[in-house]
Amino acid sequence: MSARDVRAAFDRRFVLKAGGALVIGFPLAGRALAQGADAAVAENLVRGAQAGPPDAEQIDTWLAINADNSATLYMGYAELGQGTTTALPMVAAEELDLEIGQIDSVQLDTNITPYQGGTYSSASIARGAPGVRRAAAEARQALLAMASEFLAEPVENLSVEGGVVSAVNAPAKVVTYGELVGGRRFDLAFTGAAPVKDPADYRLVGARAARKDMRAKVTGDYAYMQHERMDGMLHARIVRPRGQRAYGDGARVVSLDESSIAGIPGARVLRQGDFIAVAAPREWDAVRAAQMLAVEWAAPERPLPDSADLFARIRESATDDAVIEERGDADAALSDAAFTASFSSECPYQIHAPFAPNCATADVRADSARIVCSSQDIYATRRGVAALIGLAEEQVRVQYREGSGTYGKSCYDDCAQAAALASQLAGAPVRMQFMRWDEHGWDYCGPPHIGEVRIGADADGRITGYAYDGWQHTWSFVETTQQLATGAPAAGWPTGASRSVNPLVCGGMYSIPALRLTDHMLKVEDWLRAGWLRSPLDLAFAFTSEQAVDDLAYQLGMDPVEFRRRNIADDRWLGVLEAAAEAFGWEPRPAADRVQPVVTGRGIGLGTHLASWGGAAAEIAVNRSTGRVRIIRLVGALDAGCVVNPAIVEAQITGQLVQTVGRMLHEEVQLTPGGAASLDWASYPVARFADTPQITPVVVQRIDEPCSGAGEETMAAAAAAIGNAFFDATGKRISSFPMTQNRVLTALNA
Amino acid sequence: MAQTLIVNGEARESDSDPDTPLLYVLADELGLKGPRFGCGLAQCGSCSVLVDGVEVRSCVTPVAAVTNARITTLEGLPGLYAEQAGLTDAPELTPLQQAMIDEQAVQCGYCYNGMIVKASELLAANPDPSDAQIVDHMNGHLCRCGTYPRIVAAVRRAARAMNGGAQ
Repeated sequence: MSARDVRAAFDRRFVLKAGGALVIGFPLAGRALAQGADAAVAENLVRGAQAGPPDAEQIDTWLAINADNSATLYMGYAELGQGTTTALPMVAAEELDLEIGQIDSVQLDTNITPYQGGTYSSASIARGAPGVRRAAAEARQALLAMASEFLAEPVENLSVEGGVVSAVNAPAKVVTYGELVGGRRFDLAFTGAAPVKDPADYRLVGARAARKDMRAKVTGDYAYMQHERMDGMLHARIVRPRGQRAYGDGARVVSLDESSIAGIPGARVLRQGDFIAVAAPREWDAVRAAQMLAVEWAAPERPLPDSADLFARIRESATDDAVIEERGDADAALSDAAFTASFSSECPYQIHAPFAPNCATADVRADSARIVCSSQDIYATRRGVAALIGLAEEQVRVQYREGSGTYGKSCYDDCAQAAALASQLAGAPVRMQFMRWDEHGWDYCGPPHIGEVRIGADADGRITGYAYDGWQHTWSFVETTQQLATGAPAAGWPTGASRSVNPLVCGGMYSIPALRLTDHMLKVEDWLRAGWLRSPLDLAFAFTSEQAVDDLAYQLGMDPVEFRRRNIADDRWLGVLEAAAEAFGWEPRPAADRVQPVVTGRGIGLGTHLASWGGAAAEIAVNRSTGRVRIIRLVGALDAGCVVNPAIVEAQITGQLVQTVGRMLHEEVQLTPGGAASLDWASYPVARFADTPQITPVVVQRIDEPCSGAGEETMAAAAAAIGNAFFDATGKRISSFPMTQNRVLTALNA
Repeated sequence: MAQTLIVNGEARESDSDPDTPLLYVLADELGLKGPRFGCGLAQCGSCSVLVDGVEVRSCVTPVAAVTNARITTLEGLPGLYAEQAGLTDAPELTPLQQAMIDEQAVQCGYCYNGMIVKASELLAANPDPSDAQIVDHMNGHLCRCGTYPRIVAAVRRAARAMNGGAQ
């Protein structure tokens, strides 16, 4: 509609007002025209008064239409830096026929926003979009019914553009969403019958769009968790041994000398059990107090191995074994195969190491608590905090603020619990900021892994048998603060997706008649705390499995892309294989020249996480004298079904590939018997500018398919491609990462 | 003990102890959101500010060491840029900030305080840096989201814009 039409619409409304038409009622909801800003304020005051989650079957739970014809989305997924506050509003705007600039979202809050599950598993779009789409479709249906009444036109004669409803055959008949309900509640339950758009009609979904949070993030206006303050608060820090011990050990206080911080103004010790924190009015005083407080800790009862002995310890440890997938007789198929390849890998503990350590504020009172933190799942955080401080869940309000990227289960819950407990002990609001060594040292690590894989093929290059055995441990269930404060015994998550051998990555992309996958689970209490880390264990699975696949191709004298092509039946896997190979410029050729001191090679790899399809190709250089590896070029192709905003997914792929460079070249938690020894960026190096290869992200768009996740899937593929490129460059297989100079020289001399 | 700091062109009072790291004065006393805590060890660049035009890590710089210096934070970069470029008024965004938006570089964005401060230092000294010079200059700043390629592209784009070239 033209600007003049909009103007006419507003003029008409004022005329109606002047003529007393404001009393026109709507049978549907029995309400008048827009009431303006006061109603919007009242609406906001109402929101938040009650503990959530709010009724997911009510339109008001998800959407508000404001008097200025803009919309506010209340969604259950958090902005972790991955672009959710742009992409999910786009989904709502698509259904509502609004422009992207007309819709915004609010931060997550257990008293306001609906429960859609945690923001993990790369599921913001896969699991978040259907709920948002449904709510927006219900709202659109309700708005059109109101417009139909107001304009005296049947719904099928109405069209919407930018939140302006007009009659198709009578362009002068116009009303905006804002005029219809602006600032007031819908008070309507879902009908279950609202039609959603045909993807063929999408205007916004599938098109590149600028992120909404970009400007504030480059000006310094953006308020991160670390900027959150509470009135009358104290600054707090935790006091723990530098570097966690085995999960089952916790950390036991032998003695504590409070007089050691007597010289710091206002500094206090807050203690419950083995949980110790300090608080002071000034932040630097809290930092100093935490460093100066004299605490003697008991020696570990379950000493960890030195880093060099980690895998020997894993091999000699007791395990719970379980076959998690089996079809056909894998052993018979392997013994009958014309060609077989076997490969064994050792993959280290790695950590989230968010760029900013976690921070949380808490105001705990006798009968209520407000916690602000960077949780991936505010409702789960509420449950844990409530249990710890002895309140009912409904008495605890948890609000989300973005911190730095978390890449999974960093210390956000531990930090939120530490803030809550410190506030309760201090009788005052506190701001708990973990120090770098707290976050690195007490992270919920990605577990280490030993993989043993055997693959067989017939003389035509068809894979006939596959067996994968994986050694790892599960995630820890008890937060460190809870464990230290209450003595709760260490407990692990039951085995399941992301902590067991992954059938999608371990052979799942190929048509294999006989296959067996076996878990060997270590006792969780003897190892470091663990949690989901971006592409959990999938880097290790793909690095292991895909090198064996490559070895088979090599033995058969086949190009590795062609060999994979021959064994894939699924179009989605074929699609990312071809996309990665094409973007890389892959041509069949003999093995690379291995004469020069610095040799280069290329590799291909496939992998994923829980859904989606990832393919990658890598070119690397290996200095055979020094053992230095440089990654020159990485291509990552991702089929994530319907991609809402390809620009955001390209950024996600780029980030995945750069993080994979760090995890393949540098990242490894150092262990000593006394505890984890990677406590900062010097002892836990990550990818830097100078490590960054030429990166090519490729989005394989499938607009008619369900969205399936885009936050981690190409990492596994890239890890495999880098491993295979090492062989192409050197003629040697590398069985362990990160590819430090020592490991590379060992591999070259093997 | 009161001391005076010159922050983004304004005199500001601080009553922190002289050995307090500058970061805590900027963040807690002055309420600035640009410089922010990342490691407290001068390893990551999260807390970077310019002191007399030179990037320093405010998390390890005692406030007493900079009382006579001109401190510029992320918030003050448009003003500093106007001064350097001979403009009467400070723009809303520096060409570098605009280039970061144009390249859609940011993910979580927490490291961008340091990234923008450090790259501003580079562009003030070298209006046409090569990729190798950009990487070399920026290599002490970490980005855990892996946005390095887009940061390099944004610095290049900003240099072109500042030199009057096509964006």
